[in-house]
Amino acid sequence: MKHFVLVMSLSCLLAACGTQTPTVGTSDPYETSNRQTHEANLKLDRAVIKPVSTAYGTVVPNPVRIGVSNVSETLGLPSVVINDVLQFQLGDALHNTARFALNATFGIGGLFDPATIFGLEERNTGFADTLHAWGTGEGNYLVLPVYGPSTERDTVGLLVDIALDPIGSVLDPSLEDLPLALKFADIADTRYRYSDLYESVIYDSADSYVQLRLTYLDRRRFELGVKATQDATPDQENQAYSIYEDFYE
Amino acid sequence: MNNLVSTRRGFLTGATASLALIAGLPHAAFAFSSAQAETLITKTVSDINSIINSGKSESAMYRDFEKVLVTYADMPNIARSVLGPIARSTSAAQLNAFTSAFQGYISRKYGSRFREFIGGRIEVKKTQKINSIYDVSCTAILRGEAPFAISFIVADKTGKFIDLNIEGISLLKSERAEIGALLDKAGGNVDTLTAGLK
Repeated sequence: MKHFVLVMSLSCLLAACGTQTPTVGTSDPYETSNRQTHEANLKLDRAVIKPVSTAYGTVVPNPVRIGVSNVSETLGLPSVVINDVLQFQLGDALHNTARFALNATFGIGGLFDPATIFGLEERNTGFADTLHAWGTGEGNYLVLPVYGPSTERDTVGLLVDIALDPIGSVLDPSLEDLPLALKFADIADTRYRYSDLYESVIYDSADSYVQLRLTYLDRRRFELGVKATQDATPDQENQAYSIYEDFYE
Repeated sequence: MNNLVSTRRGFLTGATASLALIAGLPHAAFAFSSAQAETLITKTVSDINSIINSGKSESAMYRDFEKVLVTYADMPNIARSVLGPIARSTSAAQLNAFTSAFQGYISRKYGSRFREFIGGRIEVKKTQKINSIYDVSCTAILRGEAPFAISFIVADKTGKFIDLNIEGISLLKSERAEIGALLDKAGGNVDTLTAGLK
């Protein structure tokens, strides 16, 4: 109940802010402080995240890392289902409930992923997507410490996801830190598996701040657009294509 | 089917008139169709698929990739677009040099990602006309990865592709930002920028 109140008050706060979505272009009034956070994140990546991820990726065999990431994803599924319901995506809610049931049992606590074989592939979502479904615009671009690129809306979504944590409230208190630990392991695995791609964007580009901002915003809009295509007006759909209209002047 | 019939009828009735028109309008607008856009990308993808799985050395793959770009993409206009407004005050010779350096840079930059594509393939899914472009959606199927969406943007005007979107991330926009930053670093000098790309 206290979570629900928190969710509602945060949502009201957002509605009061009245953030508008710039579906094309970039709204980045905090660029100066964002750039500082970005630089600090790069330092942290070089000093800690990259070496830890490399060690994790090298020492722990691939099947074990996949298993750990699977458990982390399975523990997150109840929260995903709640968000599916909040977004009125009842098909996805059923899909993810069945996925959870199958992977938690036959998948031995989520270690394996038999659900995907039965056509119940991963369909992730979070409270940021719910806010989008409720009509909240993305707001300004934000770089979060450690976490990296986000927007005002996605940051609120992230905080609510952490607060909501339905699995944490049913776990034995001694296992309280398990989901977070697994999440870190999952992030380390992702950082390791995509290290070439990640490093080409972060360390080989002339302005990594701009590259990351562009990549994050485009990717997020694409992700959310896919879900919203049935409600989107042709105008909204075409906005992403407007950059081609003055290609040949 | 409807398109085909009307095109043919148009062709039959206007055949004689067309000859006169072609003579009179050397720069008549390029009329392209969804089917042609899809054919172009099917050929592009098939060439890329064979490069990925050719087993050649990386530098040989980069050269093959550059050939694909020159054949199927509108490289001179992509280069002009990523250069931005300064392209207008740049001489034709400078632009040509930049285009050629940019092509090589793109081939190396994205060609080096081919390692991840080995054993994978790209499938053409569907084509949509949106204003002056065709969006040809494809699915990339890589080993050990969930399939993901990529789409080629084909310009109606030239019948060549001008952008590639990977899960909504536009490489054209990305390169505009990158070349813009490199141009700043080069003090706004296109020749310095071109030399740096080689």
